[in-house]
Amino acid sequence: MSGLIDNLKYPLLPGPTRRQFLQQSLFAGCGMMCGIPGHEQASAREVFEGKTQQFTIEARFYEKLDYQKIRCKLCPRECVIDDHERGYCGVRENREGIYYSLVYARAVAINADPIEKKPLFHFHPGSLAYSIATAGCNVNCKFCQNWEISQVRPEDIRSTYMPPEKIAQSAAQYGCRSVAYTYNEPTIFFEFMEDTAIATRASGLKNVVVSAGYINKDPLSRLCQTVDAVKIDLKAFSESYYKNYVNGELKPVLESLVTLQSLGMWTEIVYLVVPGLNDSESEFKGLTRWITDNLGKDVPIHFTRFHPQYLLKNLPPTPLRTLERAKAIADAAGLHYVYIGNVPGHPAENTYCPSCGKTVVTRSGFIVREINIKKGKCPYCSGPIAGRWQ
Amino acid sequence: MSCPYVILARMKNFVRKCEHILKMYVMADKNHYIELVTMQRRDFIRIGGGMMLAIPVTGRTGMLTDARSRVVIATRQPGGDRTAEVGAEDINGLFEKGLVTLFDTSSTGEAWRRIVRRDQTVGLKVNCLSGRGTTHAGLVDAIIESLRGYGIPANRIVIWDRFNRDLESAGFSLNFDRAGVRCYGNDYLGFEEDFEISGSAASLVCKTLTRICDVVINLPVLKDHGIAGMTGCMKNFFGAIHNPNKYHLDTGNPYIADVNNFPVIRSKVVLHICDAITAQYEGGPSYMPHWSWPYNSLIFSRDPVALDYTGWQIIEAERRRRGFKSLKAAGREPAYILTAADAAHRLGNADPEKIQLINT
Repeated sequence: MSGLIDNLKYPLLPGPTRRQFLQQSLFAGCGMMCGIPGHEQASAREVFEGKTQQFTIEARFYEKLDYQKIRCKLCPRECVIDDHERGYCGVRENREGIYYSLVYARAVAINADPIEKKPLFHFHPGSLAYSIATAGCNVNCKFCQNWEISQVRPEDIRSTYMPPEKIAQSAAQYGCRSVAYTYNEPTIFFEFMEDTAIATRASGLKNVVVSAGYINKDPLSRLCQTVDAVKIDLKAFSESYYKNYVNGELKPVLESLVTLQSLGMWTEIVYLVVPGLNDSESEFKGLTRWITDNLGKDVPIHFTRFHPQYLLKNLPPTPLRTLERAKAIADAAGLHYVYIGNVPGHPAENTYCPSCGKTVVTRSGFIVREINIKKGKCPYCSGPIAGRWQ
Repeated sequence: MSCPYVILARMKNFVRKCEHILKMYVMADKNHYIELVTMQRRDFIRIGGGMMLAIPVTGRTGMLTDARSRVVIATRQPGGDRTAEVGAEDINGLFEKGLVTLFDTSSTGEAWRRIVRRDQTVGLKVNCLSGRGTTHAGLVDAIIESLRGYGIPANRIVIWDRFNRDLESAGFSLNFDRAGVRCYGNDYLGFEEDFEISGSAASLVCKTLTRICDVVINLPVLKDHGIAGMTGCMKNFFGAIHNPNKYHLDTGNPYIADVNNFPVIRSKVVLHICDAITAQYEGGPSYMPHWSWPYNSLIFSRDPVALDYTGWQIIEAERRRRGFKSLKAAGREPAYILTAADAAHRLGNADPEKIQLINT
C-alpha cells in the first residue's frame, strides 16, 4: 500500500466536502437502489494525467472561421470561439481550429426514474426511464435545481465513463423502457445523445429528451430522427424574463416547439411558475393562446410549482392558487391536458378524458395508480386520448 | 492638577485608542491596513492627526490615499520612448524600476513592505490562455526573486491560472509540493462551494485564491479581446471563477466589473503588473503575431480600473495608427471599465483627470 502511495505522481487530493459527499452518496444510493453497478470514474487526478481523451469527440455542428476561430452552430447563441476557449455551455472547446465536445460518454448522473418525473404523462406511463446527464448547460436559469451539474465545467465534477452501447445495455438490463437525456440541457451533449439514441433504438428501447428547447433547427431536426418524445421547459412567455432570469431567448424556443410539432414528435410542455416573475394573467393567456394557435389543443402542459433554489432563494414557493389560476386559464383556452406539477396528491395530476371528463389515468406524485386507456381511447366514451400509450 | 506621569499615561492611552479605531476603520481595505500596521508610531500620529482634522473639513472618511490613481509605465529608456527592445535580460531591471516608482521608494523591499507581510502567502495570477502571448516567465522570475529577497520563502509563493495544461503550455513547470515555488491551475484544488455574488455575477471562486493566497499580484497581458474589447487586469480574474463562459455576453459588461467586486478578489489583490512587452491590438485573446506589436513596457498600478483604462487607450492609439476602427465602432467598446468605476462598484478610476500617469 505504501508502495502504491509512493508511486503516485501527485500528492493526494483533499477529501470530499460535506456537500460533495452527500451528492455522491445520493447518486450512489440511487444507483444501488436501481441495481446499477459502479462504473469506471474519472477523477481530477485522471484529468491531470490526461486520461480524459475518451470523453472528447469532434463536434457535429460548427463552422470554421479564419485564424483558428470557430462558430458553434448547435444553439441560437452561436458562440464565436477563439483557440483554447469554450462556448457559453462550458463543455465545448476550440482546439487549434477544431471544435470538440468534452462530455462524450461522460455521465455525471445515472438514475432509473419514473417517466412521470420528467414529466412525460402521455408517454408510456408507469415505465422507467434510464436517465443520464453530463456537466454543462447553454442557459443559466437563476432558479436551476441542478446547478451543481449544469453550471459547472466537466473537470469540476466527478464523472463516469458510459459509452452509448453500455447505456443501451444497462437500460435494458434494469427494465427501463426508455433512455432519458435530462437533468442538464442535453443539447450541449448532442453527439453523446445522438449516438446513444441510435444504440438505444437498435436495442428496442425508446428515447426521450428533456430540454429547454434552446437549439438550432438543423440539430433539432436531426435529433428527431432518433428520439421518440420531447419535453420542453418553456420558462416564461416573455423575452424580458428569458433575458433576465434565463440568459436565453424566447423566440428560438417557440420555433423549436413548432419544429417538433411539424415533425410529429410527441411533445409536452412544462411551465415553472415563479411567483411575481412569470405568473401574470396576461402571460398565461398569451401562452395558452399561442399553444392553441400553433401547436394544437392536445399538447399537454404542466404548470409546476417553484421552490427557492440556486440564485432565487429570496422568493417563496408558488402559491397553489396561482397554479390553479393558470390551469383555469389554460382550461378556458380549450387545452385538453392541463396539469399541476410538484404538488403531490393534487387532482390536476390525473388525466381526464377531454370528451367525457372521466379520469383515465390516476397519479400520485410520480406513481401511476391506475391507467384506463384502451388502444389510445377512453374506455367510457371511446374518445381519443392523445399520447404514446404503448 | 494631575501628575505629569498621569497626563502622559492618558495621552498614550488616547493615542492607542485612536490607533485601534483607525485600524478597525481601514480593516475593510487590507492594503491600507498593511501600510498602517507597518507604520512607525510617529508616522501614525502625524497621519492620524491629519485625518482627524480632515474629517470635519471634508465630511468624508477613507481619504488616506491620494484620490488620483498612479499608473507607471516602465520602459528601458525613460520619457516614453518604447522603441528600445526589451530582452529577457532587461525584464528584471524594468520590473524593479516600475515597482519603486509606483511606490515612490528607494528599494523593492521597501515597496513590498507596503503591501505584503513576510508571513503571507503571495499568489501570482498569470495569464496563460494563449500559448505564446502569455505573461513572460522572465517577469514572473523577477518578481519571485524580488519577493524572496524581501524575505518571503519560496514555498509561500504560488503561480496559478485556470488549468494546469495552460501553465504547462506557457512554459511553467507544475509543482504541487510544499517545497519550492508552487505552481498549479484551478483544476488542482477546485472551487469553493458557496457562491460569491455581486450584481449580475454569481460564481464559485477557486480555492487557490480563497484558501492558499493571502495576497495576490495580478500579472495580465495587454491584449485586444474579440468580445470584451480589451483584456487586462480585471478580465484576468475570469481565471479565478468556475463559470467565466457565462460572462462573455454584452462585451462582458457588467460581468467583469461584478466579478472583480467579489470581496475575496477585491480585498486580496494588492498589485497589478501588466505585461505589455508585446501587446496586441486586434484578434485577441488568442495570440496573433501579425496583430501584435512591441510596446516594450511593463505597466504598474494598484488600481485595476486605472490600469485597464490606460491599456485601453494604448490599444486604441495603436488601432488608429494602423487604420483599424475604434473598439466602439467595432462594437466592442470595453464599457466594463467604466462600469467598474461607477458608484455601484468603486473599483478605481476611469477618469483620465484622476489618473496620474508616470513614464519611467
